[in-house]
Amino acid sequence: MGSNESQTNDSHTVAQLEMDLLRFATAGSVDDGKSTLIGRLLLDSKSIFEDQLEAVESTSQSKGYDYTDLALLTDGLRSEREQGITIDVAYRYFATPSRKFIIADTPGHIQYTRNMVTGASTADLGLVLVDARQGLTEQSRRHAVLLSLLRVPHLVLAINKMDLVDWSQDVYDKIQKEFTTFATKLNIPDLEVIPISALQGDNVVNRSENTPWYSGPTLMHHLENVHVASDRDLVDTRFPVQYVIRPKSDQYHDFRGYAGQVAGGVLKKGDEVVVLPSGMTSTISRVELFDNEVSEAFPPMSVTVHLEDDVDVSRGDMIARPKNAPKPSQDIDAMVCWMTNEPLRPRQKLAIKHTTRTGRAMVKDIQYRLDVNSLHRDQEAGELGLNEIGRVQLRTTVPLLCDPYSKNRTTGSFILIDEATGVTVGAGMINSAT
Amino acid sequence: MTNTHVDYQLSQLDQLEAESIHIFREVAAEFEKPVLMFSGGKDSIVMLRLAEKAFFPAKLPFPLLQVDTGLDFDEVLSTRDSWVERLGARMIIASVEDAIAAGHVVDDGKTSRNRQQIGALLNAIEENGFTAAFGGGRRDEEKARAKERVYSHRDDFGQWDPKMQRPELWSLYNGRIHAGEHMRIFPLSNWTELDIWHYIHREQIQIPQIYFAHEREVIERDGMLLSLGPEIQPKGNEKVETKMVRFRTVGDRTQTGCVESVATDTAAIIDEIAIARVTERGATRGDDRFSEAAMEDRKKEGYF
Repeated sequence: MGSNESQTNDSHTVAQLEMDLLRFATAGSVDDGKSTLIGRLLLDSKSIFEDQLEAVESTSQSKGYDYTDLALLTDGLRSEREQGITIDVAYRYFATPSRKFIIADTPGHIQYTRNMVTGASTADLGLVLVDARQGLTEQSRRHAVLLSLLRVPHLVLAINKMDLVDWSQDVYDKIQKEFTTFATKLNIPDLEVIPISALQGDNVVNRSENTPWYSGPTLMHHLENVHVASDRDLVDTRFPVQYVIRPKSDQYHDFRGYAGQVAGGVLKKGDEVVVLPSGMTSTISRVELFDNEVSEAFPPMSVTVHLEDDVDVSRGDMIARPKNAPKPSQDIDAMVCWMTNEPLRPRQKLAIKHTTRTGRAMVKDIQYRLDVNSLHRDQEAGELGLNEIGRVQLRTTVPLLCDPYSKNRTTGSFILIDEATGVTVGAGMINSAT
Repeated sequence: MTNTHVDYQLSQLDQLEAESIHIFREVAAEFEKPVLMFSGGKDSIVMLRLAEKAFFPAKLPFPLLQVDTGLDFDEVLSTRDSWVERLGARMIIASVEDAIAAGHVVDDGKTSRNRQQIGALLNAIEENGFTAAFGGGRRDEEKARAKERVYSHRDDFGQWDPKMQRPELWSLYNGRIHAGEHMRIFPLSNWTELDIWHYIHREQIQIPQIYFAHEREVIERDGMLLSLGPEIQPKGNEKVETKMVRFRTVGDRTQTGCVESVATDTAAIIDEIAIARVTERGATRGDDRFSEAAMEDRKKEGYF
């Protein structure tokens, strides 16, 4: 009967074991055809199964549609289907032979900024959809601002419904120009503008014959080939200690390993390191993954690090290099996205979680509120309401071992938690710390 | 020593593994009393393997909890026992039959055991005071799961409220709960069925033999192939046939169908799945077929 010790390592299986990963966030409303586009990506990459497609076809028929509504593939909860809206971030998965994709599918309505921020926080690429007939809207500008704020390194502007503007190059050029001008005010290192029809599939997976004037990649080709490996910081060593492994067994009597996920740089045996916040120094004696010694650990590996000296290290500490370490700081200047109804106000006290460290924080000042449509900074705001973003000064009870968010998305981010309800109420991106 | 990462690239499977290990360690560090819900199925075995890696060479810092439906396949129970023995793990069994006897669960003769597990499970979590329960759920399984967090908050009644979910950003998980509440933790959230099989293949993980193709006496009922057994006997003009089959999920044996297959090893299963045209649950889980929103309803009540 069955076994794992198969010698039939056919090429299909082996190739798939080496696939890499792209996480991307989509933004746009139902009207822009976002769900239809995702349905199209899933369908054309053969990630949709017969029973799912049949269910969607029969629903489309019973609603009297002329075509299969691919948007139904992704509308998850019954309450959403009843209201025809998306209420929360949904994660979708598909793969091509070379890459696996995780889509954070976020709703585009104004009241759901918090979902967009959530979806973008882990994304390598942001996909903004606009309707070719309408061009850039306030909403598409807002999406680009949020993706830029969250430092999503790659952005795709997909101009959808090109079939409804007769595949006009003028329409494409105009929207592209307008967006490029707008984007100069943002942090968007890599931009691709692609004319598509999600409904008919043009330039999604297959190159369209309707756009001979367009020489760029199809959306799928771009998603498969965009280079994301170099987006990580492989220079500045940051290892937040998550858990201390002490087996306390006869066999591993003296074993003391510091477990965590590498947040930046490379760790290897022989490296001189400093443990923060104590400032004690030591040398890495071994880096391991399970029962295997590894020569080097880099982001986002989860490993266990051993030190030569018996220094005191516990959860919440950070291992860095003596000449390249963050300075422990309690005064934090950050952009904060506020995610709950009760506004954020000066002197408010909250719990803060940063890497593996948890403490308390007090709001010292709300410097300004950012209008994500106009980029105007309102210095009179005084507070941040639900789904508003602003620049905030915090004082923390424990020193944070942090970097600017622009340098490291892991050591530069934190969440704020309401101490009474336990709910996550804010997301922060650090500008500077002293 | 392994030295394969000269280009500092991590395959997607290694990235998933690293993320899951991070989740296990985070929960062990922050929760007072975690438990791992172990069904003996392939997903919970992969979960156990990842937990083993997260804490090696220490033993798991939490026990395993199995809800015994009384209708589990023997092969599943024996695989479970060998895993528990190898890891030296502590195992807690919550029996549906005991829960029925104690009046926590009502057996009306119509409700499937998979559904009755909810009562036995919630009861075991409450009695033992568990504050976090790892589950093997994956977001690719079903539309309702696609919106669930890695840390999924459950109220005093063990219920999931999709509209009250906490935002989950970066890899910063918020584990705050009040007395009486608990958190469901899904370390496999971002894994797909194919990822699970690739990992089983790569790591040579021991799973129950019924996942591989074998000859079995089956009956075709409601479009599903059910295994002949004490509870499943031919009715009317149903006929018993011997076929080469394998199971894609291993729940309650009266509800879990098998599929025709010739795949006798993991590589062959991966090839079959890569060309499969029907989702895992749709084909073989009777309890998901009652309504399009069946999973959403069960989750709200406190299902895995």
